[in-house]
Amino acid sequence: MNNTPPYEKLTLLDNFGHSLRSPAYLFQPTETEEIGQALKLAKQHGLTITLRGAGRSYNDAALNGGGIVLDLRQVNRILAWDPATGLLRAEPGVTLEHLWHTVLPDGWWPPVVSGTMFTTLGGCLGMNIHGKNNFRMGTLGEHVLEFTILLPTGAEVTCSPKKNGDLFRACIGGMGMLGIFTSITLQMKKMASGLLEVHAFPVRSLEEHLEALLDGAPQHDYIVGWLDATARGKGLGRGQIHTADYLHEGDGCQVRNHFGCQVRNHFDPDPKKTLTVAYQTLPAKLFGVFPKSIIHYFMAPFMNNPGAWAVNTAKYVMGLRESYYNQPHAAFHFLLDYVPDWELAYGRNGLIQYQSFILKETAREAWTEMLELSQRRGLPSYLGVTKRHRPDNFLLTHAVDGYSLALDFKVTSGNRSKMAQMLQDFDRITLEAGGRFYFAKNSETTAETAIRFLGEEAVAKFRSLKKRCDPHHLLESDLYRRVFG
Amino acid sequence: MTTNSKPLPPRATPLRPRRRAIIVGASSGIGAALARRLAREGYTLALLARRADLLASLCEEINLAAGEIRALAYPHDVTDYDSAPNLLQRMLADLGGLDLFVYNTGISLPVGLKKYDFEKDRRTTEVNYLGALAWLNLVAAMFQSLKSGQIVALSSVAGERGRVGNPSYNASKAALTCYLEALRNRLSRYGVNVLLTAKPGFVDTNMIVGAKGAFWVIPAEQAAADICRAIRKRRQQVYTPARWQLVMLIVRNIPSFIFRRLIF
Repeated sequence: MNNTPPYEKLTLLDNFGHSLRSPAYLFQPTETEEIGQALKLAKQHGLTITLRGAGRSYNDAALNGGGIVLDLRQVNRILAWDPATGLLRAEPGVTLEHLWHTVLPDGWWPPVVSGTMFTTLGGCLGMNIHGKNNFRMGTLGEHVLEFTILLPTGAEVTCSPKKNGDLFRACIGGMGMLGIFTSITLQMKKMASGLLEVHAFPVRSLEEHLEALLDGAPQHDYIVGWLDATARGKGLGRGQIHTADYLHEGDGCQVRNHFGCQVRNHFDPDPKKTLTVAYQTLPAKLFGVFPKSIIHYFMAPFMNNPGAWAVNTAKYVMGLRESYYNQPHAAFHFLLDYVPDWELAYGRNGLIQYQSFILKETAREAWTEMLELSQRRGLPSYLGVTKRHRPDNFLLTHAVDGYSLALDFKVTSGNRSKMAQMLQDFDRITLEAGGRFYFAKNSETTAETAIRFLGEEAVAKFRSLKKRCDPHHLLESDLYRRVFG
Repeated sequence: MTTNSKPLPPRATPLRPRRRAIIVGASSGIGAALARRLAREGYTLALLARRADLLASLCEEINLAAGEIRALAYPHDVTDYDSAPNLLQRMLADLGGLDLFVYNTGISLPVGLKKYDFEKDRRTTEVNYLGALAWLNLVAAMFQSLKSGQIVALSSVAGERGRVGNPSYNASKAALTCYLEALRNRLSRYGVNVLLTAKPGFVDTNMIVGAKGAFWVIPAEQAAADICRAIRKRRQQVYTPARWQLVMLIVRNIPSFIFRRLIF
């Protein structure tokens, strides 16, 4: 009886999409020493450990039903920050919000950020996140100079691209299954302004959409597309592209259109003002009066097929006018933070996201098939987002020389089996098109699919590193069991 | 995990949700029928009983029918109270969570109308009541932390009055019913809003083999079907077959001066 597990620590955890819940013994260490104690406890009770950051993954990456979950959000010190070189060393629980708040006033910005600022650095590296500049800057892992990692064997190892390179390339994007990051050294990117010059323009078909991403990427610092997944026929794949470029310091020349109105300004006359946290912070109220925290209640009635069609069509029509404007970094990057708790609008069964990364040569055909299939089966995505990508050399990489399409789907008690069948078909289409998947997003990827897109060699190498770093399989998540089980 | 080498059932995904249940006392009778039915409904099961061979063949049957691993066997004696906490932890980790807990174990050791047998009474109490306490306390604490879950325990219509035929069986089931009511009152405020007390009448199981005067005997499958329906509807109590509710309403209200003259 003395060996009773800590039942009082049992907590029902869920994923970001609120589509999956499972109980786990939740531990929230504040020091890295406490992580070692949790490893001992897991060993003593024969339990597994999953690492959890902000819990922003759409799938089961931060869930461990019946096991231990280590919530690392409180291991969140910035250990060193050098404004002269832009080098930052931090613990894994530091959020991207904390990160940019620290570096922005000195004229720096994280080189790669996710669509929300609430993710943690450890989580971002565990999944090797990409941003809207993946085609240019690669993944976040490409900007890590060094990290230290605590292995379940008890050893603390320092890794960099040159030192323990194989472990470096496997731990980044390794889903937290090889060890626990204890400190991460990251190179920030120098900024002359807190503003980005944004250009928004419509695209009328999937062909035009992909061409705009392909042609636009080399000319811009960021590019992202919104795709109306409810549009059919000739309008299939229509949407809106946003490009963004860094502004330079100074007054410079202003670009005016033929009516004489200023449409662009490549220069920021007051970078001291724009490079402040206060200038970047997203307002908590819409139009100054309406609290954003309640917006999701007003979105909920539109979260059905006719409602989503109406909203997507209205958005497309409103975006038909090409526009140029300057926007703070935070406002451009953290789109998902505009409406707090927006995911609650999807109702009690939550949402899932399906993201496929497909080669530029085969993407058009594959996504035409996917979008038409989803419409034929009455399961259109309510939100589609496209990006341009480039390959990288991380072991479990998701990136390709092509594009990604992320589709959000509402889960209901009645559509689960139909949707599961549809996503199986999506997997088949993606694999046939030479595509890949991203472990932070898809919730139904099977072990067979994972081995097909990663390749047997990569999987075998990851398994051998797992055996070396974690011989007793102390680190396991529901995601790991699903794709490597 | 290295401590467990047996293949485990697949975990739930958003599009393939899997409810998870533990059935204590699953090797035969109502427990086995419940296991088969819950497995058909998509539950992943941890099955406990003393008879390891029966349990293993039941698991094999369920897994074969499902075409995947859906039931795991854990041989266990409910009077081995000390092993319950670690076993529960093991099952929770193997199943990946817990939505439903069923305590079905029960024995009836009749002593005869004029005899008294403390050994039999103790055994009955240990299996029917103390074993239930050992498990239900743990599971209640767990569900209280999680603020979710469903508990089912098989009591009996026999627990409603003390009868001359089988005092300790009546008493153990009465104690269990009363404990379950207290547990329900405790847990409802934590969102564990159903705590089902199933009260079967005579069910065609090993328990009534050789029993005299059994009537309205129903197959275990029917009892399991009634209990499953009550689980789905999140009822607090179910009599199976339902007519026992009316019968027991009458029996509960028979005045003592009449009841003590009855022989059953």
